[in-house]
Amino acid sequence: MLNYTLRRLLMVIPTLLILVIFAFYLMRLAPGGPFTSERPLPPAVMANVLERYGMDEPLYVQLWTYIKNIICCFDFGPSFAQKDRTVNDVIAQGFPVTLTYGFWSAVFVLALGVPLGIIAALRHNGFWDYTMTGLAIFSQIFPNFVLAPLLVLLFTLSWGLLPGGGWNGGQWQYIVMPAIALGTSYMASVARLTRGSMLEVLGSPYIRTARAKGLPERTIILRHALKPALLPTLTYMGPVFVYMITGSVFVDVFFSTGGIGQDFIDGAYSRDYSILLGLAILYAVLTFALTLAVDLLYAWIDPKVRAGLS
Amino acid sequence: MIGAVKRRLNSANFADERAGEMVASRSFWADAGRRFLRNRMAVFSVGMLSVLVLFAIFGNLFSRWSFEEIDWNVLGRIKQDGGPSLENGHWFGVDELGRDLYARVVQGTRTSLLVGFIAGPVSVILGATLGALSGYYGGRFDRTVLGAYTIWLAIPYIIFFVVWQAFFGRSMSQMILVIILVNWTAGLLIVRGQVMMLKNREFVDAARMLGMSDLAIIFRHLAPNVLWVVVIYTSLVIPEVIMMESLVSFLGVGIQEPNTSLGALLSEGASTMTFGTLWQLGFPAAIFVLAQVSLFYIGDGLRDALDPKER
Amino acid sequence: MLSVENLHIRFRTGDGLVHAVNDVSFSVDAGSRLAVVGESGSGKSQIALAIMGLLAKNAEVEGRIMWDGQDLLATSNREMNRIRAREIGIIFQDPMSSLNPYMTIERQLTEIVEHHEGMSRRAARARALEVMDAVRIPDAKARLRAYPHEFSGGMRQRIVIAMALMCQPKLILADEPTTALDVTVQAQIMQLLQDVQSDLGTSVVLITHDLGVVAGFCEDVLVLYGGRVMETAKTMALFDQPGHPYTRGLLRAVPNIEDPSDALTAIPGSPPNQHRFPVACPFAPRCADVVDTCRETLPQLRDGRACLRPIEELT
Repeated sequence: MLNYTLRRLLMVIPTLLILVIFAFYLMRLAPGGPFTSERPLPPAVMANVLERYGMDEPLYVQLWTYIKNIICCFDFGPSFAQKDRTVNDVIAQGFPVTLTYGFWSAVFVLALGVPLGIIAALRHNGFWDYTMTGLAIFSQIFPNFVLAPLLVLLFTLSWGLLPGGGWNGGQWQYIVMPAIALGTSYMASVARLTRGSMLEVLGSPYIRTARAKGLPERTIILRHALKPALLPTLTYMGPVFVYMITGSVFVDVFFSTGGIGQDFIDGAYSRDYSILLGLAILYAVLTFALTLAVDLLYAWIDPKVRAGLS
Repeated sequence: MIGAVKRRLNSANFADERAGEMVASRSFWADAGRRFLRNRMAVFSVGMLSVLVLFAIFGNLFSRWSFEEIDWNVLGRIKQDGGPSLENGHWFGVDELGRDLYARVVQGTRTSLLVGFIAGPVSVILGATLGALSGYYGGRFDRTVLGAYTIWLAIPYIIFFVVWQAFFGRSMSQMILVIILVNWTAGLLIVRGQVMMLKNREFVDAARMLGMSDLAIIFRHLAPNVLWVVVIYTSLVIPEVIMMESLVSFLGVGIQEPNTSLGALLSEGASTMTFGTLWQLGFPAAIFVLAQVSLFYIGDGLRDALDPKER
Repeated sequence: MLSVENLHIRFRTGDGLVHAVNDVSFSVDAGSRLAVVGESGSGKSQIALAIMGLLAKNAEVEGRIMWDGQDLLATSNREMNRIRAREIGIIFQDPMSSLNPYMTIERQLTEIVEHHEGMSRRAARARALEVMDAVRIPDAKARLRAYPHEFSGGMRQRIVIAMALMCQPKLILADEPTTALDVTVQAQIMQLLQDVQSDLGTSVVLITHDLGVVAGFCEDVLVLYGGRVMETAKTMALFDQPGHPYTRGLLRAVPNIEDPSDALTAIPGSPPNQHRFPVACPFAPRCADVVDTCRETLPQLRDGRACLRPIEELT
């Protein structure tokens, strides 16, 4: 198990390296840069600016310096567009915001999706089952960027219940809508998946064995069926986290939460190389961490996988 | 829901299960066609989508305004005078800048559908070709492709997408190109699995003994047998691609003004809804939802028709 | 002790009703061993599931299943739960899939007695060890904490048998207990069943398609075809002089080790269409001795055989 974890962690390094090199060259070779504007700077000033940011050196030297600074000092460099701020500052300010509502969104996805799926499976073809099918189609057709305006329309503009954006130090009223907008469609997928696997497990021979033991239904569901039924949901959480990270960029922008998504988009507009690179690395690391956590959890729960890893 | 189908298509035993049947025959497609036509929701959706396509192509003929023209008469009083109206020819009202929303929605629908129907199929063909080669040749090539696939899926596509859009212009062709690049994995795994199953069949051996080249075998003998998978996959990828385009347009890094897309219109509509000009959100949202609903049911119908075992 | 009376089982499916079991009656006395023989689709497994009250949701059942004076078909699920495992145990066919892959063997064994007999975990573990010894699982103590996938097929079937034995039920239904296993392991498992049966005095209903398995083990045989009883007899008598053409066909399909010259013959044709309730002998289309009346009359079970033709006339 430890071995497996280490192997996975080692895999991350080359992947990140490829990502950094690829993104670095892609951005640098593209026309334009952070200091090109409609009114060109005088050549002398331009040279000065370039020198200050170390951009007068050949590209590979810059790349090397960049990587070196990350490894030695965890320093992602200064922002090109935002004066007097470093990438570390930007991340330190925005990331906790994104992480906070992202966490609650994941809680929403699981705490609602899993029970809904289980109830739908147990009441197969019943009210909850149909409700859920409807929800699944709904979420397919209303992605987060259609859902979010609808939420604001209802909860802010019509009923005045929740603020339509902002963060305000992370008060709960400001978290609710971002978390729901980000999570709803994955909540529906999770519910659907859980329902499917629960139905499959309930029809399996080993559940028949459990019934033949004369155990009460509750015990059969909780002790025998729940764990195997949740394993597919668990594996699905890896991709869900990846999707949610994508979605968070939108949510940050739409709800003006002040999370890193807004910085990412701003960075793209202003060609802020270091912000873009730094955030790309952050997003990638976050993805790897979450998918690894999911895989490890899976291995820990499934005795067969656990045996295979040790 | 798309996720669920993809998981089934990518599951280990699926290729096994399906490769058992030869599905290249003409009667297979005829049967599938009949099954599809029996699915009322799917047929209705084809009709709905056709209407949307006609709307995107010929909608302009019914417009009194062009999509970039500013109607100075309503500009200052958009909330009062800018709503949908038959008198001044703004069927859907005007946008925030006083431009005719009907013409803009026609233009946006055109963009979104074009992006979806070009980038979607091309990505699947790209992914399927890679998958077929990978499955056919195996070995190191296969391992490399699979490795790249795994890494690619682990990275949120938005990173690449936004950076690319910001740096390489925001034209329609750029948009289509980047969507294809982002989606190069579409259909790869399932086609790879199918080809791996099929390549050991007698008819492939026979073709090899007749001295056919590998590429000829892949494209002439294997491709017809995986076509049905490609069709299902494409029907799933098209709405997804439209969604992707809308998302990045919503984020402001999509198609360049004054051109627009459904996502960009949605974004503008959402940003002005506090001013009470709800039609600016409503019309693009309705068209977007209509497109997604019909694509969803068409995909659903194709899946049932081509893969009847699932039912 | 157990008597099944006029049992009918039908399934509502997308293609209409399927008549799986039609008018089957038999009884099992305390300490006896009955074999229910038939090819797949003959409805034999459904009878076992009906006794346990575990039929699929789309099943319709008619008739009576009397157990100690109680009709199991009229018993609520809650009441059935007091009979399952405690009074009637069942051994399923495939030990690969009938054990929960995510629970230790220990938990799957102990939960039975914890639930039915209110035993403590410790006492239940002791019982589990006892039973695992009885089914000859070597090194039982060390293997309690193992998961099913860590055992071989034969060992898993021993565990399944152990499960059925945990509460020492009065009746064990063994549904094809050896079909999924290797031939050498089959013999061991049958031997084990026999030992357990004679040690504990449990009644056993052995459900199988394999007459060869029946020979050494059961006193009585019930031959099913198309969901109907074709013949019922003492095992020895059945082997000596089968009374029904179908039974003869079955016997010819069993390899005879003593006389290798005796060629194996398969019964031609395929199992009957079960979408209608049989109005004629279900075996008629495949029967070598068929006469016209066989195709029009439904033969009733008389003197242990359901055949219209007198025994002397059969080839």
